[in-house]
Amino acid sequence: MAAITTGGGGPERANALTADAARTGALAAGPDLDLGVPEDSGFRPAPRRRMTWRSRLRRDKTLLLMTLPAIALVIVFNYLPMFGVITSFEFYDPLVGVLHSQFIGLDNFRQLFGDPLFWTAVENTLAISAVQLILYFPVPIVLALLLNTVISNKVRAFVSAVVYLPHFFSWVLVVSIFLQMLGGAGLLNTFLIHHHITPWNVMTDPGTFKLLVTSQAVWKEAGWGLIVFLAALAAIDPTLYEAAAADGAGRWRRMWHITLPGMKGVIILMLVLRLGNALTVGFEQMLIQRDAVGHEAADVLDTFAFYYGIGTNNYGYGAAAGLFKSVISLLLIYGANRLAHAFGEDGLYRK
Amino acid sequence: MTELGIEGALAPRALAKTPPRKRAKGRPVWEEPPTKAGQFGKGTVIAVVLAVVLVPLYCVVLTSFSTQGAINRAGGLVLVPHGLTFDAYRQVFENSTVTRALEVTFGITIVGTLISMVVSVLCAYGLSRYRSFAHRTILMTLIITMFVSGGLIPTFIVVTELGGYDQYWALILPNAVSVFNILVLRSFFAGTAVDLIDAARIDGAGEWRILWSVVLPTSRAVTAVITLFYAVGYWNTFFGAMLYMPADQQKWPIQYVLYQYVNLGMTMPGVANSGYGGIHQQSSPLSLSMAVVVLTVLPIVIVYPFVQKHFAKGMLTGAIKG
Repeated sequence: MAAITTGGGGPERANALTADAARTGALAAGPDLDLGVPEDSGFRPAPRRRMTWRSRLRRDKTLLLMTLPAIALVIVFNYLPMFGVITSFEFYDPLVGVLHSQFIGLDNFRQLFGDPLFWTAVENTLAISAVQLILYFPVPIVLALLLNTVISNKVRAFVSAVVYLPHFFSWVLVVSIFLQMLGGAGLLNTFLIHHHITPWNVMTDPGTFKLLVTSQAVWKEAGWGLIVFLAALAAIDPTLYEAAAADGAGRWRRMWHITLPGMKGVIILMLVLRLGNALTVGFEQMLIQRDAVGHEAADVLDTFAFYYGIGTNNYGYGAAAGLFKSVISLLLIYGANRLAHAFGEDGLYRK
Repeated sequence: MTELGIEGALAPRALAKTPPRKRAKGRPVWEEPPTKAGQFGKGTVIAVVLAVVLVPLYCVVLTSFSTQGAINRAGGLVLVPHGLTFDAYRQVFENSTVTRALEVTFGITIVGTLISMVVSVLCAYGLSRYRSFAHRTILMTLIITMFVSGGLIPTFIVVTELGGYDQYWALILPNAVSVFNILVLRSFFAGTAVDLIDAARIDGAGEWRILWSVVLPTSRAVTAVITLFYAVGYWNTFFGAMLYMPADQQKWPIQYVLYQYVNLGMTMPGVANSGYGGIHQQSSPLSLSMAVVVLTVLPIVIVYPFVQKHFAKGMLTGAIKG
């Protein structure tokens, strides 16, 4: 059936399909993979179609029950806040609650768009994102290519175990470690002072803050980023390399014509995710270091919402900044996907 | 027509079909022998990468075990061992703020991970049966939250209006469900051999029994990895404390305490009184701070090796989606 080819398939679906058929005993000749609603097989008399719907509900009631706790949590802590964005149109008063706070229309947004601090935060967010895109994004790809050429399994396992580790450290910890390395009393400055060179406190220098946060991001996350690209590399058919080598292609040509095309899909996917998340740049990371370098350098959209929303009890104002971020982020995700489709890739969702 | 491809891409499609690239013990015969310069360059880069990760950790650990004399000699972090002592740890464990924070954090981590795993495993299994009733609608409901969020302040308002201020549950429940983790678990559960499930069903097992006795035992690797993810998330709780319990020191998790002492440079209570002028002069605040850092990393580093080997096996399919 044509429907089968449209599904995003894989063994998972095929297995589940047989299970389903076995269970119901129905000969589903034309399963509609897109909607999850059984198409009329033609073998059944018409009135049974509604019975199928109900019997499926009865059959799956345990499964549905199992999903309930997760759904409840998501509704309370994800969907309720979505409706909570109405506070951005209010002068929110914690004492009377969301529903009874004074509605002030677009005043928060008017104030927001006239606030130079807000535009500094937007600018910082975009600048840090851009720096990270250029300096951070390629690191895991290059590391994966390098690690992939290492023959010894032991070395590969050891290196990846080591570079994955910082991913599991908290930002507080990472900043603490950087502070001890690059801060005023840290290793770098001890060395500089010892050799009579002017000390340079990297941790409090607003001028190089973007590079600092990028290097922190590389230290913490670049290793973890490897995992995806290593998976893509492992999925490349090794006989391709052998055939290319037999045809006289050297290692660089093999990398260019086999390895890179094999990674293209994942690279574009990660790029889409990165672009879609361009407005999310390490909230905790900025929060922790904001005092050290000053808000002009460290304020991003998230910290702006926190400090000028919760910090000053001006909740509606902060919520307005948050809503601005959410809307632009959605547009970015959409745009990034269009871009991926233009490259002939799936992106986050298929065309 | 647009179709959401997330679950499709999460499914172990290409990976499952082509077996992982098997590396021979040596170099494949068709591959040219490596050049000296290439090998040297590769070795150097790998050594530098390892050093960048490990040297800071080494310095931190060494400093936490160093005497004041050694720290003064080095002028800060210690690179070469010289005069080792457990004093810093002794003092940290005498410091009720740190021990209290460790207790709180262990509590949050254990309870939170338990809640998260139960909820996620149930939900993932409930959605793993292909063509089960309404599973697509539920999936969409979950996936939407990966891309759309109310934002920081509406979440804060919801939690406080539910009475979460100064409550431990405010650090647990709002982030108890990770949709990404559910999707990873689900794609593995769905890959469980259908024959096994059918056999169990014929033997009279219900869904709960199948999940517990068939699906979970065959998905140990991925379950371990996801448990680690949740546990690390709770262990690293920081901002939640800043948001919901900034005033109540008794409820601070360890990361927030670390932030206060190391990043903000606050002096530890008890140390401030006795550390500078009193009997404990031999142990500097730096070694104390580093001891707190070590205690903060330690649980992660202890659990990590047991689960790390599963990352490749357990996470690859899920990680494709980042």
